[in-house]
Amino acid sequence: MTTTDAEPTPAVPAIGEEILSVDGLVKHFPIRKGLLQRQVGAVQAVDGLTFNVTRGETLSLVGESGCGKTTTGRLLTRLLEPTSGKIVFEGRDISHLSEGRMRPLRRDVQMIFQDPYGSLNPRHTVGKIVGAPYRLQNVKTEHGVKRAVQELLELVGLSPEHYNRYPHEFSGGQRQRIGIARTLALRPKLIVADEPVSALDVSIQAQVVNLLEDLQEEFDLTYVMIAHDLSVVRHVSDRVAVMYLGKIVELADRVSLYEKPMHPYTVALLSAVPVPDTKRKGKQERIRLQGDVPSPINPPPACRFHTRCWKAQEICKTTEPPLVELAPGHQTACHFPENVEQPTAKAE
Amino acid sequence: MTEPIEEVVQDSPQRVERGEAFLDVRDLKVHFPTDDGVVKSVDGVSFQLERGKTLGIVGESGSGKSVTSLSIMGLHPPGIANISGQIFLDGQDLVTASREEVRLLRGKRMAMIFQDPLSAMHPFYTVGTQIVEAYRVHNQVSKAVAKKHAIEMLDRVGIPQPDRRVDAYPHQFSGGMRQRAMIAMALSCDPDLLIADEPTTALDVTVQAQILDLIRDLQREFNSAVIIITHDLGVVAELADDIQVMYAGRAAEYSTAEDIFDRPQHPYTWGLLGSMPRIDRERSERLIPIKGTPPSLINVPEGCAFNPRCNYAHLNGGASETERPELLDTGNGHLVACHLSPQERQKAWETDIKPKL
Repeated sequence: MTTTDAEPTPAVPAIGEEILSVDGLVKHFPIRKGLLQRQVGAVQAVDGLTFNVTRGETLSLVGESGCGKTTTGRLLTRLLEPTSGKIVFEGRDISHLSEGRMRPLRRDVQMIFQDPYGSLNPRHTVGKIVGAPYRLQNVKTEHGVKRAVQELLELVGLSPEHYNRYPHEFSGGQRQRIGIARTLALRPKLIVADEPVSALDVSIQAQVVNLLEDLQEEFDLTYVMIAHDLSVVRHVSDRVAVMYLGKIVELADRVSLYEKPMHPYTVALLSAVPVPDTKRKGKQERIRLQGDVPSPINPPPACRFHTRCWKAQEICKTTEPPLVELAPGHQTACHFPENVEQPTAKAE
Repeated sequence: MTEPIEEVVQDSPQRVERGEAFLDVRDLKVHFPTDDGVVKSVDGVSFQLERGKTLGIVGESGSGKSVTSLSIMGLHPPGIANISGQIFLDGQDLVTASREEVRLLRGKRMAMIFQDPLSAMHPFYTVGTQIVEAYRVHNQVSKAVAKKHAIEMLDRVGIPQPDRRVDAYPHQFSGGMRQRAMIAMALSCDPDLLIADEPTTALDVTVQAQILDLIRDLQREFNSAVIIITHDLGVVAELADDIQVMYAGRAAEYSTAEDIFDRPQHPYTWGLLGSMPRIDRERSERLIPIKGTPPSLINVPEGCAFNPRCNYAHLNGGASETERPELLDTGNGHLVACHLSPQERQKAWETDIKPKL
């Protein structure tokens, strides 16, 4: 897959080489009941994802809570083992690697967590937290671990004197920076960032977004960003995958996704974003989706969005729409997509 | 806004026919004494709100927005917070009123929607029981009538199958439904003042849009005064008539929503607007964050609390560091607490800020 940005992304030239490819990824969490713990069902958190990530790009996964975006992130970093499907990282199938075999690879694939309060050990100093990756991976640093950690702290905009402090002495934004410093310690190639800025204040959010962009440029990083704030996603991403109930419903480059969304769900999501412009108050065309996301234990058959879709017809309840490329680099799984020149006449 | 009559009112006993507006908050201060020093969470906030209008309070965490609303509701535990100033709700001062008096006002005259409905609702009682309880405190009706009312309210906020859902427990609801149930509870007695503290922060955008529409519709129907507290400028732009921008326990800027978004005057408001990626504009290459972090409320910087983070503080000949700016009218009721001269402010806005937003 090539990135088809209409405007050239100045941050990272698309090198076009695949760093990660995911094929038919499935994760079902079994539900067990009774004395014998018999499996009575499964939470179909992720149900057949196929996508690629190109070196140097930022791919964002967006969707409502419960759509499986966090599970996907945890599968990519192999914090979870997939039920089926394949994850290939730099040409190597990592879908079922054992923990020991996975460990060397953890240098290359790192994660940034959402909650800057929960992801740092309160009893460890910043130096110990940020230095932990070196210790765990037995990495020799040129001038000792302390020096390396202090350089990392400077890199993320903290002061080297913070080395001996504890996490509780820092604000949310600073903690997130500590987490990012730890992530960067081993110079990873791919970073999965799970809602990296959503717990932060607006002014701090912008600082961290800029930091992530600078680091991407400096170290040629590849990001898989998991987020629900569509304004932030538009700012940071090269490509965006919209997820609904464990499936990708639309995958496109940023410009065409935001300007010409094809899947009705994407259209509804975009129309729901509150815009800080009082002139548009009340005038904004808003598509009101009815109800909540159905349970992933028992998702609707065929097109999973049909229960809330205003365009749904008979075929949506019987045939699952495949994820097909309707425009260059723009994949959509819908029988009746929007913004397409010649609508695919699939309905009878 | 400035009140010469304040001296007279200062220590007068309860129930003074004061306060011109429906809700009139004057020089509210909420201080929490702690071992490390006094936390000045709210340090002199004044605003007025009429029925049928919506006030948006915007600010970062720790700017005092939630503490302000909790003191209006009288929800600070006694002996923990030092509250001074006046809060007139329809002429009655809530600061000097006894806890029992304020308790009777809660629910009927004023109600609050909290950010996290899971912790705001009691896990042990059904949703219906909790709405019924609130309703029966203020209305002498039988349980059956109250339950019918609860079902009506749940239906009103868009919960499917309300007659069955009324007997469900909070954990059986999804996040959006819980938030609706809490709105139903808050509105069950048609409150005159509704305070919504980050009502949609924990929700997805699609649900957020539903909830915002719901608050707007219900306000129109009941002609309530609404205070919406949020850090999301998009949300206030949708709902608010007036906006108060708060920083470190004080108002930095206060005006109509149009003024705040089209002609903001305070460097902090500029910073907030620049920090936000905008989905309705061309994508900018870089966001313009505010440098530094919000101050500790125990050690609020001398002078203007925003001066260490302000790009224009050096233009004021040292006044920013030494003198606390007053909230002054710059014309048409647009209040700003900033030392910048109108010309400099105008110039900074036109040349530095506006083109980049």
